[in-house]
Amino acid sequence: MKDIVLQLSLRNIRIHFLRSVLAALGIVIGVVAISSMGMMGANMTLSVKEELSRMANVVVITAASGPGGGPGGFGGGSSDEKISEEEFRDIQKIGEKYGLVYVIYRESDTIEVGDKEGRSTIYGLDEDVTRRIFSLSEGAFPKSTSSVIVGPTLADRFDLKVGSRIAIGDEDEGPATTVRVVGILEERGMSADINSDMAIIGSEKLFTGIYGNEGEYDQVNLILNDINDSQKARTEILDKMNRKETTVNVQDSSRMLESITSTLGTMTTFVMAIAGISLLVAATSIFNVMMMSVTERVREIGIMRSIGAQKSEVRRMFLYESIVLGVVGAVIGAVLSLGIGWVVVLAMVGRTDYFFLP
Amino acid sequence: MPEDPIIELFEVTKVYPLPAGDVIALDRVSMAIGDGEFVAIMGPSGSGKSTLLNQLGCLDRPTSGNLLIGGRNTREMNDRELTSLRLNTIGYIFQRFNLISLLSAYENVEFPYLMKHRRPDGSGRVATLLSQVGIDSAMAKHKPPELSGGQQQRVAIARALVNDPQILLCDEPTGNLDSVTGQQIMEMLTGLNRKGRTIVVVTHDPGVARYARRIITVRDGRVA
Repeated sequence: MKDIVLQLSLRNIRIHFLRSVLAALGIVIGVVAISSMGMMGANMTLSVKEELSRMANVVVITAASGPGGGPGGFGGGSSDEKISEEEFRDIQKIGEKYGLVYVIYRESDTIEVGDKEGRSTIYGLDEDVTRRIFSLSEGAFPKSTSSVIVGPTLADRFDLKVGSRIAIGDEDEGPATTVRVVGILEERGMSADINSDMAIIGSEKLFTGIYGNEGEYDQVNLILNDINDSQKARTEILDKMNRKETTVNVQDSSRMLESITSTLGTMTTFVMAIAGISLLVAATSIFNVMMMSVTERVREIGIMRSIGAQKSEVRRMFLYESIVLGVVGAVIGAVLSLGIGWVVVLAMVGRTDYFFLP
Repeated sequence: MPEDPIIELFEVTKVYPLPAGDVIALDRVSMAIGDGEFVAIMGPSGSGKSTLLNQLGCLDRPTSGNLLIGGRNTREMNDRELTSLRLNTIGYIFQRFNLISLLSAYENVEFPYLMKHRRPDGSGRVATLLSQVGIDSAMAKHKPPELSGGQQQRVAIARALVNDPQILLCDEPTGNLDSVTGQQIMEMLTGLNRKGRTIVVVTHDPGVARYARRIITVRDGRVA
């Protein structure tokens, strides 16, 4: 059916085209601002979450530094307390259900490459585990007890290449052990389990060969198959190990992840709220256009009323007009948002992998 | 007093409160207009003619007194009922035509029809009325500003008649027209009156008033 009231609204928009376009443009800007900010926030949260998830799926178990002991280092420096083979077996029994459990020998020591001297962390790891948790940028994984892989930062600092030799240990304390670099690790950045960028990673045998202490581990890592299990695994390990006295500390990074995600969420909401103000301004501008329209059309309203149009019909005319402006602005804004949001996400987050994820 | 009144006024007073003091535009006017009458309301400028017509057309409410249309007291009607009275019972022809400039001549006539029937005119009533007042279908597509004064007034008459009102109120219907067109319009109104419509014309032109069968003179807000 022909709605003459709608016709009046549309024609009025057409004769005041520029004014209507400007009012709709306000809505377009508001919608684009709010949605591209939202997209950016959502993409950033997803991106950061994924980055963090790679390290957050690790539950780190360290020996408590004594009865009622303090918190263990977060993948950090070594303490004198060790986890015994027996304790490791207990942890493994629980941890196996959730993912990969492995032990870490760790020591900080003097190293010498050619005439350069420095310090590095030396890790002793099971060879299979090494293959599973690290990736190499060049070279191969060590096959013998005298070969190691090194972190990229360390390689840079000491000009290490595949084939370079490193002397581990202070010569004042005894003969140094010389190892050969067979591979260089990819950069991992900050990590909860092993900070490998500045480290030398060798086999367990190599480590115990230098430092002894076989069966006394500095750290046990549990790499979870499902990150959502972290809380459960942590509780179970703590219940089992610390029943009588505090023997281990368990660090899971999921809470850190949660707090970072929630901070990002708050930031996104805040930025969207600021963008929302522009939408409010746009709505006010439509209201202003409507007020102007009413004032301009007092005569027309009078005519309509005098020939029998109800108040509701007059109201409908202005309502249609503002709905048209609002909807047109919102639709154009939504379409533009996709494009502009993409650009904003690309510029601010650096990747758009998450753009079309639900 | 007419025997079969369609419009009755009892002591109708209209006061416009102004900063300089109240202006009494209508002062206790009592009168009646019979069904099918052709009445001219005359009087000098500012005498209250147009105020009186606005009261009859229910465009305004009296400050005091009672106005009855078709036996119903308008004082007891709400805005909705008054609007529907204007839509169904009263046709109003204005001196300045008062067409809606965004709508074509056809749509201007169709507008009250759509307001009443809520569906497009399927019977061709709008087109018939337009051709009766001398507006052909090509001209009907034009917007009011593209039409001459006479053509606009014809469209306005067609609009006033589209819902077949019992009462036709005309405020200086020929005021903006040349004498030939004015005469044509008055003859058209006379024809409508012959078909039984009540016609009330406000004018200060004796040439217009002579078409009426009764003249009511207003002076200083009172019916003389």
